[in-house]
Amino acid sequence: MDITGVDIELDCRGMFCPLPIVQLKKATKTMKPGQVLRLTATDPGSAKDVPSWASKTGNRVVEASEDSGVYTFLIEVS
Amino acid sequence: MSEKPKKMAIIVHSGTLDKLYPVFMLSSTGGAMDAEVHLFFTFWGLNAVKKEGLESAKLPGIMSVATGMMKGKIKKVGTPSLTELLAMSRSTGMVKIYACSTTMAFMDVKKDDLIPEVDEIVGAATFLDIAMDADVQLFI
Repeated sequence: MDITGVDIELDCRGMFCPLPIVQLKKATKTMKPGQVLRLTATDPGSAKDVPSWASKTGNRVVEASEDSGVYTFLIEVS
Repeated sequence: MSEKPKKMAIIVHSGTLDKLYPVFMLSSTGGAMDAEVHLFFTFWGLNAVKKEGLESAKLPGIMSVATGMMKGKIKKVGTPSLTELLAMSRSTGMVKIYACSTTMAFMDVKKDDLIPEVDEIVGAATFLDIAMDADVQLFI
């Protein structure tokens, strides 16, 4: 699926568990269904934590990538 | 989510820094994952929900002398204090806190000695009622 726009940018670089997930929840609470958030993180735990969070909260990871230790996720809020 | 929320039931028996960190890491994350989190503070864990309890939690036994150093390392990587993690947990609106009534009696702890975040003072039956149909049960 093509994501054309990112509605919210959430920079969690430098943060460790549990902060990225807590911040992610806080940010998505203010969003509307269909809106997209881009999360950047450096905690290596994020690679699995973010998809786990999404599966339990019913949100969707549209894209996940890693580049030089920076994890980027596009998350569509449901 | 329309389906029934997941439920976590945790007995917090320990009052030392090394055990309280996992408790509040899990409660803040559980709340952020839309799970109902129930924390039952008993025995040494009760000290954690007394006023100033989280601030004064130390490493166990002989390691207690290294508490300041550990707190320094935790702060250095930007990890919140226990008090901040409690606030984060509560801000999810999913985390409930219970104090064990029997522990309060034999440790001579009054309701006024507890932090205001304590929702209820209860016994084992309340915990079991919640734990019996919880998805996660832990004793920390």
